[in-house]
Amino acid sequence: MSRSARSFAVAGAVLLAFTGLASADAVKLGRPALPEEIKAWDIDVRPDGLGLPEGQGSVSQGEELFQNNCAACHGEFGEGVGRWPVLAGGQGTLTSERPEKTIGSFWPDTSTVFDYVHRAMPFGAAQTLQPDEVYAIVAYLLYLNDVVPDDYVLTKENFPTVALPNRPNFYDDDRETTEKAFWKATPCMKDCKPKVEITSHAAVLDVTPDAGKEGDKPAGAVE
Amino acid sequence: MNQMKPGSRVDRRRFLTLAGLAGACAAVGVQPAAAEATPDPDIVNLPPWTQALGAGVNNHPYGVPSPFEKDVVRREVTWLTASSESSVSFTPLYALDGIITPNGLCFVRHHGGEAEIDPTRHRFMIHGLVDKPLVFTMEDIKRMPGRTNRVYFLECAANSGMEWRGAQLNGCQYTHGMIHNVVYTGVPLRAFLEAAGVKPKGKWVLAEGADASAMTRSIPLEKAMDDCLVAWAMNGEALRPEQGYPLRLVVPGWEGNMWIKWLRRIEVGDQPWGQREETSKYTDLLADGRSRRFTFIMDAKSVVTSPSPQAPLHARGPNVISGVAWSGRGTVTRVDVTLDGGKNWTTARIEGPALPRSMTRFYLDVDWNGEELLLQSRAMDDTGYVQPTKAELRAVRGVNSIYHNNGIQTWLVRSNGEAENVEVS
Repeated sequence: MSRSARSFAVAGAVLLAFTGLASADAVKLGRPALPEEIKAWDIDVRPDGLGLPEGQGSVSQGEELFQNNCAACHGEFGEGVGRWPVLAGGQGTLTSERPEKTIGSFWPDTSTVFDYVHRAMPFGAAQTLQPDEVYAIVAYLLYLNDVVPDDYVLTKENFPTVALPNRPNFYDDDRETTEKAFWKATPCMKDCKPKVEITSHAAVLDVTPDAGKEGDKPAGAVE
Repeated sequence: MNQMKPGSRVDRRRFLTLAGLAGACAAVGVQPAAAEATPDPDIVNLPPWTQALGAGVNNHPYGVPSPFEKDVVRREVTWLTASSESSVSFTPLYALDGIITPNGLCFVRHHGGEAEIDPTRHRFMIHGLVDKPLVFTMEDIKRMPGRTNRVYFLECAANSGMEWRGAQLNGCQYTHGMIHNVVYTGVPLRAFLEAAGVKPKGKWVLAEGADASAMTRSIPLEKAMDDCLVAWAMNGEALRPEQGYPLRLVVPGWEGNMWIKWLRRIEVGDQPWGQREETSKYTDLLADGRSRRFTFIMDAKSVVTSPSPQAPLHARGPNVISGVAWSGRGTVTRVDVTLDGGKNWTTARIEGPALPRSMTRFYLDVDWNGEELLLQSRAMDDTGYVQPTKAELRAVRGVNSIYHNNGIQTWLVRSNGEAENVEVS
């Protein structure tokens, strides 16, 4: 063995002393999360109430908080200002031409209202409301949607008993059975229909940006 | 008589014959014979860029497109939303080619504005039903074994959502532009879950972002352990801030809202969390008033990007019909194109990589005689799914579902080359 080859072999042996192949099942990276750290971020609330903080709030307390923190966008009674979300009303509209999807008409779970207000509202001042304030605002929203009476006090204890009316009308994705016809073995290639007529023109509405005109606000929205 | 002759395998002789036929009846786009022509000033006159020196190599330390491409930008539809911080801008699909979306043109959807995060202060936590709750820094994440590169499309579930009741927006940027397709660099989410040790009761994970909406979505553990990535790079560079810098979740083939940006937390639980974005939003209201939930997969879809309302045809004769197709269920295996509103179809040429859960580019080389076209494309994937017509979709779902509109798009191309968004019987 030449001198240089020998020194290379020695260096290789030294390297092997602290270098091996890392594998995913033996990751030494990261550190334990502390309980205080988990508590700071784990604010999610589930439909069964898991994750609710201690606290309570009444409809009347909620009304005052809502007028001060929420009404500028959502309206005094949750009716929505401009294109900001409507939070109340809309019962019976889900099969209509213009469904109004509110907490009372559409949302399946009360917990979602609490979770979302607590994590992301007021818009631009997220996570500034205390738990009692969130309980009160949720109580007011439930009152606006005729789910609870005007003297109701929402608490961690009574929370999971408050059900929203549209809850039973949700079901899991069933496209693979109800839309089974879309899995076609041989889609038609020739003479697939006798005639073709235009049934709808985008130019009629004329709402495309850069079109230079301000048309009526059309249906549909990104949600 | 229809002299439009599409062909996916036009040989040179046949192509020339067709061009001759088209030339016989087309006034537009026919070049004058060499004998009658005047010399082209762009050839015979010395242009300034040939005479004088151009800018130096570091004129733009971070390169930008040519000023002549200044119109190729993301655009928003201001009437759609109440504020720009909770809104969407659209990818200019009409001007793009190939399968990769440039980072600066990838559509943007925010719910609480664009978070600006110092990567040295970003943390990623795994907790819940695990043996060891863990915290990772960005440096830790980039040292993880098992780094991978994958090309995936990300499509918002509301893409084409404005078109349920009829043709509404003129341009594939607006009708189909809530999609982009890039190569991600990251580590499988599975590696982090295995490091923490998922308890047997764990069935779902909750992913959370660090932005002002603290965006959350529940994802089945099976998907999280399958192909989800924790990614920090797109198209070879760090994620753009608007795409979740420094860290985002990649959920291949599933609706874009689940691809949590500014990813900071994964919680393991035994049931879904019923978050706002999986209950009041991103559930599909059907005609009977009931709603589907957990419609995560994006079905096969395609669109002709050129010609389209923002990309008219400029001349008769040879033209390339170009478009993109994708499927959240697998790989696009075939795209058919019709020029007559669906009476007759021709299989287009898939060109370039056809990868699972990635955009796929297709072309149809045609010779246009100026006749009006009703142009559509129809994607098929390797599960046998065929992109449905809008009528077929509405028959099952009604018009109120907002999300998952993957119906076949029609462009009316007029004899002057302009295109309009229409629907046909």
